[in-house]
Amino acid sequence: MTKKSRIWSVLILIAVMLVVTACGGNNGAKQPSNANTPADTTAANEGNKEKDPAAEPKQDPVTLKFMQYTASGSQEETLDAMVKAFEAANPAIKVNVEVVDYANYYTKLNTQIASGDGPDVFEVGYENFASYAAKNTLKDLTSVIAADTSFKPESFQGLAYDAFNYGGKQYGVVESFSAVVLYYNKDLFDKYQVEYPTADWTWKEELAAAKKMTDPKNGVWGTYAPIQFYEFYKTIAQNGGGIWTADNKPNVNSKENIEALNWMLGKASKEKVSPPLNDDTFSQPDADLNAFMAGKLAMLRAGTWNFGRFAEAPFKWDIALEPGNTQKAHHFFADGLVVAGTTKNEEAAWKFIKFMSSDPAAVSLRIEKGWSTPAVSDDAVMQAYYDQKPPESKKIMLEALDSLVLPPVGPIPDQWGDLQKAIGDELEKAKLKPDYTAEQALNAAQKNVEKLLGK
Amino acid sequence: MVGQKTFSKWLIIIVFLLPSLAGLVLFQLIPLLSSAVISFTDWDLITKARFVGFDNYLEALGDEQTLSSLLNIVRYIVGYLPTVLVLGLFFSVLLGRKMKGVKLYRIFIFIPVITSWVAVAIVWRWLLNGQSGLVNYFLSFFGVQGPIWLQDFTWAMPAIIAVSIWKDIGYVTIILLAGLQEISDDYYEAAIIDGASGIGKFFNITLPLLTPSLFFVIVISLINGFQLFDQVMVMTRGGPAGATATLVQQIYENAFQNYKMGFASAQSWILFLIIFAVTLIQQSLQKRWVTYDR
Repeated sequence: MTKKSRIWSVLILIAVMLVVTACGGNNGAKQPSNANTPADTTAANEGNKEKDPAAEPKQDPVTLKFMQYTASGSQEETLDAMVKAFEAANPAIKVNVEVVDYANYYTKLNTQIASGDGPDVFEVGYENFASYAAKNTLKDLTSVIAADTSFKPESFQGLAYDAFNYGGKQYGVVESFSAVVLYYNKDLFDKYQVEYPTADWTWKEELAAAKKMTDPKNGVWGTYAPIQFYEFYKTIAQNGGGIWTADNKPNVNSKENIEALNWMLGKASKEKVSPPLNDDTFSQPDADLNAFMAGKLAMLRAGTWNFGRFAEAPFKWDIALEPGNTQKAHHFFADGLVVAGTTKNEEAAWKFIKFMSSDPAAVSLRIEKGWSTPAVSDDAVMQAYYDQKPPESKKIMLEALDSLVLPPVGPIPDQWGDLQKAIGDELEKAKLKPDYTAEQALNAAQKNVEKLLGK
Repeated sequence: MVGQKTFSKWLIIIVFLLPSLAGLVLFQLIPLLSSAVISFTDWDLITKARFVGFDNYLEALGDEQTLSSLLNIVRYIVGYLPTVLVLGLFFSVLLGRKMKGVKLYRIFIFIPVITSWVAVAIVWRWLLNGQSGLVNYFLSFFGVQGPIWLQDFTWAMPAIIAVSIWKDIGYVTIILLAGLQEISDDYYEAAIIDGASGIGKFFNITLPLLTPSLFFVIVISLINGFQLFDQVMVMTRGGPAGATATLVQQIYENAFQNYKMGFASAQSWILFLIIFAVTLIQQSLQKRWVTYDR
């Protein structure tokens, strides 16, 4: 009898322990998502969903799982307000928001999809969108869009809208777009009596101006652009080069490309108007943005999503078109919302996407909080965006789009990550490996890309 | 009656083992077996996996990055292992003596071992900063212009090795110290009577009788060396230009940055086989140099 009761007490003890640890684990898993989302609504939703299945048929509330990254860091509250506005307009739909920082976003997204617990709606950048579409993981929205008479594709900027078309099918709707432009520190330009950059500047004028403003003793540099894959594919375009030939053959080691890479490296190694290539500080994330903010960079190529970050800068600054060599070229990035192919709530998902991307309530919130550039074509709405200063010359963004380069996915849209690595690794070698020339690097990169195609 | 007694005994054992057993099965055994299966597929997390036979293994064996990361590990081990052994031996002999404050010194040398790799790696990244780091500041007193350690193709790996030695030296020292204390005083007394010198005692008594501990340390250090990851991930991310890329870091990037689960799993199993082979070789070589007291 005593032995038996001892066994039972042991079993009960274990049971209690398991329950306790299970609860603990569960909380831990939920915390990261709750930290970034309106805790009250999320918790309430989950409560409804899990504990009260019987109540569901009454009002038929649909719960959408939504995952995104562009709000991470500074715009969580804006996103929260937009989602609340959507829920208020659609009481039958609840949205569970999960915001993940960009560095971990795609890892988390892919693991969730793999585990069968993926979001119904998620955000995706154009360059990764092609990969998801090519892998057949997205819902084709073409017919849904055609059937929805209240939705007008014309209300978007055409180019940005078409970015989410793959193989003639519309898989998503663009929310916002961005470009990379030349930021410049007006105070430094004034100090050295250099004329502000103009649209007809080329690399030559940029270099001449940078030379006048470089002051290594005080850690002030004339110009800076990172040396990595994205910067590379745009810079080669500014020199008339490209990753692919017109008929989609790899062309990484062309004369134009080698020349462009030498220019990228030469600003630091030869002309010394940029920080040394192996500078420790500039190898840290966001170091260039911080340096500009600290008044240590006269010119910087950076994304238009940094307007807010620089708004409080203790000096006057503005933006200009990027100087090119033989031609102009600017990055174009678009973020859109797509629906997972596995979703069971297609209709609700579409309503949500439509609201987030084009509803005046959502768009005006976005503008009011200075959260990236909405892709709507309504002039009145956009004027509100351009009226927000700084920068003075915000509208230049639109001019930049006249000479845009899209992410060069080429014939292998499903291997975007591999392509980045195939070329990016070689760029880093050219940057940091002693006696490794731009030509050697691009020859090796060409081979890497050919290998990708062979697969 | 007896049967019931043993049954209830086993029940208690199993129940008590259950939490850790569940963890072992759930987080070690199942992933282990699944990675073996995944290594024969081209799974990328989001599309359906396709069986590809030995393709991943063949590709990994011919992959330049896999091979260069293996080479980096060899460089690491060659720099790390002898140094940590000699220094560990030196400190263990030193700390084995009877002197004032010896416990305090033992604590000091062990502190890096119990700190988290990520935390100390971040601190070392600051210390090794080429422009503003304390290491180069210190070197400047001797008129030495230190390199930009972690951005320098030649110096990044030595920097990783040095930091790893700093972190692991306490562990090696403590293991060897325990080994030293196992050695019976009788041997030394006999040696003194025979008129052996201090150096003679060290090489003829201490070192041979310490070989079991040395063997253990070498096996463990080699395995850890092949799995080099934390410090590299935090300090250089495999850079500059792949100079400190290691196999585990490659596996991580292939799996969670490039989503090539099959390929990364194949790499993991290749790494396992390498470690397994190296350990087997060590086992068979141990007869030649390891002396057991009894």
